Amino acid sequence: MSNLVLFPVVIPLIFAAILMLFPKKLHMQRAVAIAGVVATLASALVLFSKVNSDGVQAVTLGSWPAPFGISMVSDMFSVLLVLSSTIVTLFVLFYSIPTIGMKREQSFYYPAVLFLMTGVNGAFTTGDIFNLFVFIEVLLMASYALIVHGGEKPQLRESIKYLLVNIISSALFVSAVAYLYSVTGTLNMADLAVKIPQIEAVGILTVIAVLFLVVFGFKAAIFPLYFWLPGSYFAPPMAILALFGALLTKVGVYAIMRTYTLFFTMNTGFTHELLAIIAILTILAGCVGALAYFDVKKIIIYNIIIAVGVILFGISQMNAAGIEGSIFYLVHDMLIKAALFLLVGILTVIFGTSDLRKMGGLIKSYPIFGWTFLVAAFGLAGIPPLSGFPGKLLIVQGGFEGTHFWGSLVILATSLLVLLSVVRIFIYAFWGEPVKIVPIDRKHYLSMFVPTAILVALTVVLGVGAELFMPFISDAGEVLLNPSLYIDAVLKE
Amino acid sequence: MRTNDVMLQTATKVVTFIILMFAVHIFFAGHYTPGGGFVGGLLTASAIVLLMLAFDIPTIKKILPINYVVLTAVGLLIAIATASASIIFDVPFFTHAYDYFDLPLFGETSLHSALLFDIGVYLVVVGVTMTIIQTIGEDE
Repeated sequence: MSNLVLFPVVIPLIFAAILMLFPKKLHMQRAVAIAGVVATLASALVLFSKVNSDGVQAVTLGSWPAPFGISMVSDMFSVLLVLSSTIVTLFVLFYSIPTIGMKREQSFYYPAVLFLMTGVNGAFTTGDIFNLFVFIEVLLMASYALIVHGGEKPQLRESIKYLLVNIISSALFVSAVAYLYSVTGTLNMADLAVKIPQIEAVGILTVIAVLFLVVFGFKAAIFPLYFWLPGSYFAPPMAILALFGALLTKVGVYAIMRTYTLFFTMNTGFTHELLAIIAILTILAGCVGALAYFDVKKIIIYNIIIAVGVILFGISQMNAAGIEGSIFYLVHDMLIKAALFLLVGILTVIFGTSDLRKMGGLIKSYPIFGWTFLVAAFGLAGIPPLSGFPGKLLIVQGGFEGTHFWGSLVILATSLLVLLSVVRIFIYAFWGEPVKIVPIDRKHYLSMFVPTAILVALTVVLGVGAELFMPFISDAGEVLLNPSLYIDAVLKE
Repeated sequence: MRTNDVMLQTATKVVTFIILMFAVHIFFAGHYTPGGGFVGGLLTASAIVLLMLAFDIPTIKKILPINYVVLTAVGLLIAIATASASIIFDVPFFTHAYDYFDLPLFGETSLHSALLFDIGVYLVVVGVTMTIIQTIGEDE
């Protein structure tokens, strides 16, 4: 029993409620929001060290015995994700203060961000499949608020699509949970992991597993369910886009990783094969999009889809290298996507447009910004020693050790396309003839650039110091590969 | 066109109080029988909405000068505080406490800490429902 598990979920909730009391007080809003995220970060760090020293932490709410109450579980995998999502939120908050606009700040922007964080951290922590649905709803509610926030015309148009897609996938989610319950008689993930291998009706369980893949696939934006993502993510302002790109799809990816390693392992020949094929198709579809557009936002948005494919391919291999690679790449991707969105955000502020063809020659006026962007771009593509490299290396190795060497080849080949897609931004925006840029004063520029640069620096640390982080990553992979660790922590607490 | 709504207004003045009483009854029925903060909150909100339909929004705002967003926040804080009290007593989150007390008039009554949580839920439901209805209603 350890209530510490709940702190990263409850703290943002408390601060969000407090922020709702005085929506118009600008400075208080900023200060309290940042204090809330910092407090969450501190609790996540304490939880991290606790998990690191004592193993998987679990608490079952309301003192009910484990399979009956709702369990909250924090293993190394979940706490790593909680930690990275909190770090991302903190830097995005710093970035939103100068960019989001006073009108938005005074109409519940910060409470919405903190509610989003509650949902994201909760989804990463919960050990109950229905509770996962609840936390995903919490984060979706907050994301609905954020996507229409400000009420500009494209936002309203896209939010209708976003709402529709998510309501349908939520309805499917509840149905899938009901099917699962009617077959197994439990919703506790640890208990599911015990009961599912005892059930002989593998056929129906396979159907349910695929249904869950569809449900989580909508959230994670896998092929062919990603159709809503490029349009919806394009509409809101950059700070919100960075949060969405870094966190929301990752919750779907996390849910697939958790369910497909913990309990949907009864028919891996079908389900994981399907996952591998879909993952590769997702990568290819993402590459087409990333190369097709001249809009910097669109290019990075399609790169989200590529990363989802890469991570899921690693998980589908079900071997140590693949799974560890996926975890590393997931953490890396949260940080680097947030950083890249913030970087292109600055780019669009400087040029006053997000169209690449109207940009050029920025390297003379903003040299440091240019090189920071190049580092982030190389990191995304996975050029050693930056942070994209170790994860991708392990995933590719997992593919060669497993049965899908062709998948590894596709990942290697598409890495070049990823590199091309982001370097294209660098070439168009920073090389060539300087074009007319919007004059922004030094202080405003620095208030945007500093949090972004720190985030990029963090990804560099993650890449260069990969050796330091690997023990944690293998700890996290250990739990995914040995569900018994997870089960024992929950059921025998 | 201004319709004659004397009948609606007169009936509302009585019915509102019946609904509110019923809301309180349902709220307290909540622990062992169907009911609780959620339904109680919805009933209360429906009583206020009925008032708004029979009279008009500005009048009701004058009678009930409540900021529903603040009400929601306060409700949330009460609910979280009740659940978080378990952290101080070092038992799993959401663990509730109860005991039997001899109250005047009621006799032996069981009192639950879950009631405090339900008050929070009640306030959140009233607050959120009224915020939604007011936002839609004022757009006309």
